[in-house]
Amino acid sequence: MRRFLLACGLSLFALAGYADTAAPVAADPVLEERVMALSHKLRCLVCQNQSIAESDADLAVDLRTQVREQLSAGKSEDEIADYMVARYGDFVLYEPPMRASTLLLWLGPIVLAVVGIGVLMVRLARRNKESAPALDEAQRARARALLEKDDNNGTQA
Amino acid sequence: MKAKFLVPLFLFLLLVGFLGFGLSLNPREVPSPLINKPAPDFTLARLDNPEQSLGLADMRGQVWLLNVWASWCVACRQEHPVLVALSKRKEVPIVGLNYKEVRGDGGIDMRKIPEQNELPMAIDRARDWLQSHGDPYDVSILDINGRVGIDFGVYGVPETFLIDKKGVIRYKHIGPITPDALRDTILPKVAALKAES
Repeated sequence: MRRFLLACGLSLFALAGYADTAAPVAADPVLEERVMALSHKLRCLVCQNQSIAESDADLAVDLRTQVREQLSAGKSEDEIADYMVARYGDFVLYEPPMRASTLLLWLGPIVLAVVGIGVLMVRLARRNKESAPALDEAQRARARALLEKDDNNGTQA
Repeated sequence: MKAKFLVPLFLFLLLVGFLGFGLSLNPREVPSPLINKPAPDFTLARLDNPEQSLGLADMRGQVWLLNVWASWCVACRQEHPVLVALSKRKEVPIVGLNYKEVRGDGGIDMRKIPEQNELPMAIDRARDWLQSHGDPYDVSILDINGRVGIDFGVYGVPETFLIDKKGVIRYKHIGPITPDALRDTILPKVAALKAES
C-alpha cells in the first residue's frame, strides 16, 4: 500500500517533465509580441474554438511560424491576414469582414435592438393612453365630490 | 388580430428551423476559398526519384487529383482502398502530396532527429507504406515541411483537390474519400472537366 501511494505521488511529478515543450520563442521579444497579437486574431482550423496563439496543434504551430517569418520579413499585419484568408477563407478571422454575406451577422443585433425598442415604445405609449380614459364633465364633478368628501373625513379623524 | 397569440409560436418554429439547419452542417468542413482559383504553384521532389521534381506546370492539360496523404494519417488508411481501385480504372491521374511525413507524426520527437536525416527518413517511410498498402499514385511528391500544404489551405489529412486542364482547382474533398463520394461527386465532376476544352 505504501509503495502504491509512493508511486501515485511520484507520478504527479512525472507530468512536470512535459512542462518544457512550449513553442520556441523568437529572440526578439518585440517581434514575438506582434506574432502573438496577430495569432490571437486567427482561428486554428483543427481546434476551431482556439486561436493559433492558444493551440498546440501542428497546424497552429506551422501558422505561427509563418506569421513570425513574414513579420520579420517586413510584411504588415494586414498582408499576413490576407495571406491566411486567401488559403483558409474568412473562417480564419475571428472578426469576420463586413460583406454582403456577413451583413446580417453585423447588422442583425442592431436591427433587433432597434425593432425591440421600437415595439416596446409603441406598446408603452398605447398602454399610457388606455390607462387615462377621458372623463366627461359629470364624471369629473362626481370624482371631485368624492375626493373632497374623502379629504373632510381625513381631517375629522 | 385574432391570430396574435400564434406569433411566438411562429418565431419559435423559425428559430428551430435555423438551429436544425445548423445541426445539419459539418463544422469541420470549412469551404475552401481556392475553389475556382488557380492552384498555387509548387515544385517538389518526387518520391520515386527525389533527384527529380514535379511542378504544377507538368500537369497542365490534364484533369487530375491531388491527394494529400501521410503514412501516419489514420483516416488515409480508410480511403486508400478507394484510391487504389480508382487508379486501376485509369480515368484520372492521382498525384500524392505526401504531407509532413516525418515531422507531422505525433510519435516522433523532432528534437532527436538531425535535420539532414528527415528527408531520407520520409522517403523510406512513405515508400514502405505504399509498398504494404498499394500505390495508387501516378507520382507522389514530398512536402517535407508542409509549406505547399499551407498554400493549398490543407488543415487536415486526407484532403483531395480536383484540378482542371488549366490548373484551376475546381473541387475539394475534405476527409477520406468514400466510395459514395467518388461515384456520386468526384467521378461525374472528372468526366465533366475532361469534356471541357
